[in-house]
Formats: sequence, C-alpha cells, structure tokens
Amino acid sequence: MTDNFIYAVARVRSHELSLLNESVMAQLISAPGEEDCLRILNEKGWGAQGTSGEDMFAAETKKTWDFIRELVPEDQMKIFDVFRLSDDYHNLKAAIKESCIGGTHPGIFVSGGTIPAGKLEEALASSDYESLPEDLQAVAQQAKELLLTTRDGQLCDITVDRAALEAIRKAGEATGEKLLRDYGELVCATGDIKIAIRAARTGKDRAFLDKALAPCSSLDTAALAEAASAGNDQILAYLERTDYADAVPELKKSLASFERWCDDRMIERIRPEIHNPFGIGPLAAYILARESEIKTVRIILAAKRNGLPEAMLRERVRETYV
Amino acid sequence: MSFGLFFALAGAALAAATSGLGSAKGVGMAGQAAAGATTDNPDLFSKVLILQLLPGTQGIYGLLIAFICLSQIGIMGGAANPDMPLATGLLYFAACLPVIIVEPISAVHQGKTAVASISMVSKKQETFGKSMIFPAMVETYAILALLISILAIFGVSALA
Repeated sequence: MTDNFIYAVARVRSHELSLLNESVMAQLISAPGEEDCLRILNEKGWGAQGTSGEDMFAAETKKTWDFIRELVPEDQMKIFDVFRLSDDYHNLKAAIKESCIGGTHPGIFVSGGTIPAGKLEEALASSDYESLPEDLQAVAQQAKELLLTTRDGQLCDITVDRAALEAIRKAGEATGEKLLRDYGELVCATGDIKIAIRAARTGKDRAFLDKALAPCSSLDTAALAEAASAGNDQILAYLERTDYADAVPELKKSLASFERWCDDRMIERIRPEIHNPFGIGPLAAYILARESEIKTVRIILAAKRNGLPEAMLRERVRETYV
Repeated sequence: MSFGLFFALAGAALAAATSGLGSAKGVGMAGQAAAGATTDNPDLFSKVLILQLLPGTQGIYGLLIAFICLSQIGIMGGAANPDMPLATGLLYFAACLPVIIVEPISAVHQGKTAVASISMVSKKQETFGKSMIFPAMVETYAILALLISILAIFGVSALA
C-alpha cells in the first residue's frame, strides 16, 4: 500500500500549502465583520465573490473530495467511508422523520455520504429496507418503527446515533490503518462522552444510557452509563481514570470547549502525517485538516454574523494542521 | 567447460541485474513523487528531476562492476578461459557480492529518501540544497560497496 500512494502524497503536500494556517485564522478572527472574512477567504481561493458562507463550505467540501477521488482509485475509496458515514446516518435520521411526517423536505439532507440521500428517502418512504446497505437495514427499520409506535423523536435519534458511532468505529478498524482506527475510536468515545453529559444534565436514567452509548475500546460504557446516571461530577470522576482525563477541565467549562478539545486532539494525532511521505495517512490527515478548517471558518463566520466578542471566538477556534 | 567461468559470469550478471532492479524501483518511487509535486507546481521540475535521478546511480555502479568483471574474465574481448578453475570463478563471484547485495538495497532506500526530499522541496523550494544531502548520504554505502568490489575483482585477477 505504501508504494501506491507516493504520487498522491506528493500532490497532497502541494495542496497543504493552501490550507489555512494560524496567521490566516488570526486575520479572520480580527476581521471587523462577516463580509471582511468572506473577502479574505475569497483571496485564499475559497468560493467566489458574492458566494454565501454555506455555499462556500459545500464547494470547499466538494473540492476536497473531488481531489481525493482524483488521487485514489475508485476501488480503494472505501477506506475513506469512515469520514462519510456520519452524513449517511444524518440522512437516515432525516429520511425516517420525513417518511413519518410525509411530504418532501430536500433541505434536510446533506450530500457527503456514501449513499445518495434520494435512495435513503425512497427506501424509507416505501419501507423497502432491503434496498439499503446491510449495515443500515436493521437500524433503519428499528428507528422508523420506534418513531411510529412511540412518536418519541429522541428515542429514534439515539438509536440512529448509536448505530452511527458503532459504524464509524468499525469502519475505522476495518481499514487496518492506525490513523483511521484511532479516528473511529475517538469519534465513538467522544460521542459517548457527549451523550453521557447531556443525559446527566437532563436527568436520563440508566436504561436510556444503555440504549444510547455505543461500545468502544477506550471507554467502559457500562461504567460511563453508571456514572452518568449518578450525575455530571461522577462522569468527570470516571473520565479522570481514562485516556480522556485531559478533557475533564474542558468539560468543566462547557460542551463547546470539549468539542474544541476533541477536534484539537484529532489534529494533534494527525500532525505527524505532515512529515510522512508514504501511505494513506497523509491523505486521511488532509481530509481531516480540511474538515477542521471548514468547521473553524464556519464558527468564525457565525460568530461575526452574530457579533460575538473576539475573546469568546478565540476560545472556540480550533488548532490548525499547518 | 568448468563451473569457474559460470560463477564468474554469474557474479557479473547479478551485479548488473540486482543493481538495475534496485535503481528501477528507487527511481520509479521518486518519479511518482516528482510527478505528484510537479502536477500542481511545474516550476519544480528541474529540482525534483535531480532528486529522482539519485537512486539511478546504483544501476550504473552495477553496470560498471559487470563491465570490469567481464573484461577481467575475458568474456569481453573473447579471451575467456573455458577451463577457469572453480575457486577462481567463486572468487570473482565473491568479489561481486558487495555490489550484488548493497546496491539494490541502497537504491530502494535512496528512493524512499528522495521521495521524502521531494515532499520537502514541494513544501519549501528553498530547501532544495538541504534536501539533496539526505538521499546523497545513502550513496556513501553504495560507493563503499562499489570500491570493495572493484578492489576485490582486480585482486582476484592478480591471483589468477
């Protein structure tokens, strides 16, 4: 596999030069308003003049995946499904809800998944689960039936979210690549932590947590569920004994701080790939770096639109890959 | 005809073959990286071409040893001794071994280092000079093997 990606990695190295670095992020943060940010981004090759923020993000995401598709043969693209599965499960939730309330709502779907949103929409509308990929069939049927019988949207959501976390972790493991395995594990574990914190804050019981938490190897989900059913402080005390002890101070601040910690940890994990001239790792790192910068720019633009103070914005801005 | 000439010829042939294979692999790897680097930045062509060529030297060293060996055993020039003693043939073979073994391995490693250096240059063009040093260091061991093989072949010729 190492030899297969030499050309691809060399091209990624050239493209890394156009990633937004810390100084560009600082420029964006100190820009007076959203329009100024958009102008800076236009100068950096993001979107065209007059493009809205969301259109620009969609175009940038497409640009990243078009570039990766250009470099990686179609039969090997499956290795990157680990990054696209969350969009599939988002679309699944949307399709389930749409099929239950009726009508069509095209704006609720995202386009980055491995399955076209239209296919999910059709399958759910006709309850034709067998037309879906095997991994989605059972969860689609279960979540839709739950929503129809209980009318409990949250129950439907936790069923799909748990399946999504499990699918991402398994997809990461299936690649056999350490970076992608770590990515899957981190997404699953941090997803569980967020669920546990939210459940503790809203006073959910143990049964709810057992349904919602996805198993992963870096966390004991039974212990996390036990801690979450006892309260927020117990979660933090449990996390102190895990690989996620560094996240505890951030969790004490806010969930937003924790989310930033998750993204920063991933960037920290992928950073050595910037010096790796071989293998799939630098490509995966590039995708994650692009996703991270798009997320950061989205946060900055939203903050500028809503007049958030610069200090608050700085707290939310993620570390850059370059 | 004795086996002596066979082993001497085998040494020469393997020196050219293994070195060529190693260089082909090394230059090929560096070539892929060079193509990747120049796709988005064609200005890098001359710089990355030099880096790509570095692992090619082992193939030349192998060829040189093959020439020297063929010339010493008389295959080139038509003065070969079909009854060359087995011990002499084995000595020629042994003399070629440093090149047979070291050149292909060093070519592949030099290719990998050249790939890394091409990445370095595509990020910062001004590091070209430094980036040349890293793959060039691998060359040291290819040259040492070449020297030993040359000395050994001439030594064996003097014995024969």
